Amino acid sequence: MLHSVAEASATSPLDAPIEASIKTRGYWQTVGYRLRYDYLTLSFGVIVLLLILSAVFAPLLAPADPYQTSLIYRLKPFGYKDFLLGTDELGRDMLSRLLYGGRMSLSMGILPVLTATCIGGLLGIVAGYAGGAINMAIMRTMDVFYAFPSILLAVAISGAMGGGMVNGMVSLTLIFIPPLCRVAETATTQVRNLDFVEAARASGARAFNIIGHHILGNVLGPVFVYASSLVSVSIIIASGLSFLGLGVEPPMPDWGLMLNTLRQAIYINPALAALPGVLIFVTSICFNLLSDGLRTAMDVRLA
Amino acid sequence: MMAYVMRRVLYAIPIALGVSIVCFSLVYLAPGDPLQTLLPEDASAETIEIVKKAYGLDQPLPMQYLIWLGRAITGDLGMSIATGRQVSGEILKALSNTIILSVGAITLSFSLAFGLGIMAGYLHGRWTDRLLTGLAVVGVSVPNYWLGIVLVIIFSVEYQLLPATGMGPGGSGTFNLLDPAHLKHLMLPVVTLSLIPMGIITRTARAAVAEALNQDFVQTLRAKGLREWAVATHVVRNALPQVLAVMGLQFGYLLGGSILVETIFTWPGTGFLLNKAILTRDIPVLQGTILVLAIFFVVTNLMVDLLQTAVDPRMQRR
Repeated sequence: MLHSVAEASATSPLDAPIEASIKTRGYWQTVGYRLRYDYLTLSFGVIVLLLILSAVFAPLLAPADPYQTSLIYRLKPFGYKDFLLGTDELGRDMLSRLLYGGRMSLSMGILPVLTATCIGGLLGIVAGYAGGAINMAIMRTMDVFYAFPSILLAVAISGAMGGGMVNGMVSLTLIFIPPLCRVAETATTQVRNLDFVEAARASGARAFNIIGHHILGNVLGPVFVYASSLVSVSIIIASGLSFLGLGVEPPMPDWGLMLNTLRQAIYINPALAALPGVLIFVTSICFNLLSDGLRTAMDVRLA
Repeated sequence: MMAYVMRRVLYAIPIALGVSIVCFSLVYLAPGDPLQTLLPEDASAETIEIVKKAYGLDQPLPMQYLIWLGRAITGDLGMSIATGRQVSGEILKALSNTIILSVGAITLSFSLAFGLGIMAGYLHGRWTDRLLTGLAVVGVSVPNYWLGIVLVIIFSVEYQLLPATGMGPGGSGTFNLLDPAHLKHLMLPVVTLSLIPMGIITRTARAAVAEALNQDFVQTLRAKGLREWAVATHVVRNALPQVLAVMGLQFGYLLGGSILVETIFTWPGTGFLLNKAILTRDIPVLQGTILVLAIFFVVTNLMVDLLQTAVDPRMQRR
């Protein structure tokens, strides 16, 4: 009951706007918050971004044509004339080869992991959610592929299919599906038995909706972290396949292939022969440390 | 305990069968007819029929698989298309060479990595720990074939201390472990191979030891007055199962993943054999080598599993 103008303008506790008394942060906001102050992980992320950008914009950044051979300027040292990083054994500019090679190596590193995450993640979620016979069938099949060392299987599949970039990517995808499937299945099984999923099923929600709404959020985290650690492995194995002649075929530039063809240059210009490997190493280590940082940021058990 | 062992062994059998199916079907991934590698293009229809019968290629696929499996179990893996020799003989020779390399790498990496990992676990958080962890990450990220090339550059080209390729001055037939000239050939490949396992095992050992140190029993033992090195024995024993599992996996990796290092150093092991088989499209050798290596891996995993349960009975699964 208002008795005077003064009372009307005074704010009573009952008129105060209703605010949440505790400011809560969602999971993804916590992850973002942790990442924002993790300068080490951020710097590795920046390096990875720079590598990807240099590969994407290779046509603009490369000073010369990576396929242009020259009989006179073979295996020249760093800084010779226009060739900032020297030339390879067929006279092609190393800097351009490395930039264009980054496209091959990075795509052969990232694409198989991406594809395997989709397929393996899907299989794992289905296996974890369905349980029973379907679970047994899928996971036992994965166990058989787990019984092979990954490089061996990659080389075997690639070699049997006849080499080439597409076959290389197919074989890499195949070897990454079992571990990703296992991670997804473990995460799904853990969530599936929780009460809120039971409640959702009891209330009549369809399986599709339950998976999309409840399970996917919990599964995506571990799967994503594991997949990011697989990227560095994928780059190394892909370069290894090219090194053996099973991946990218000459004259296409690729870091692994360049390591192989430059082996003859060891006695003439050793630094040149090691150069593609330095890039593989740097890329791999940056992805590794980036995924480590992401894992720490996404860990539910930390405060 | 015996029941668990029996169960694990029985479980490994369908896995082994699955592995053999995958090995067998690898051939049929290849584009084109397997016959193309055997016959010239203008062979007459009768010749094709005769060769088909001789290699059993006229039978339905499951039948071919069963025949191949039956022969493989008795040790007959067929004849190499490239050299005409028995596949099993070639694989055995190559396997022994690879085992020499793997055992060398294992001795080096396991002992060093376990020691460093324990040290890092005990000195958790200090700069030694950070340094060792950093080195471990480097070890895991480096492509080992590149490291092999760099080591060859440093030790063979620049300083000419160690030989770049090969298994010994007289070839692989005369390899003698006690001869220093042969040992020099062994050094670079072993160091190259051991880097990645060292990185992984150091990280695992460090995590396992740090975890074990956080447990209550450590405080109890120290409160009871047990000396630090005795407490360390208990800590290490608790950390052992995790590390053993990873070590077993790494051994399998070393056997199967030595192909790149063997190619660089021209070490006549199974990886080198596999490489040659792929280049010459020698299908029996390909099938046989992959089968042997994969079965080895399955057996190694089985051993590691059983060893784990023996060390820590709490780890029995299923």
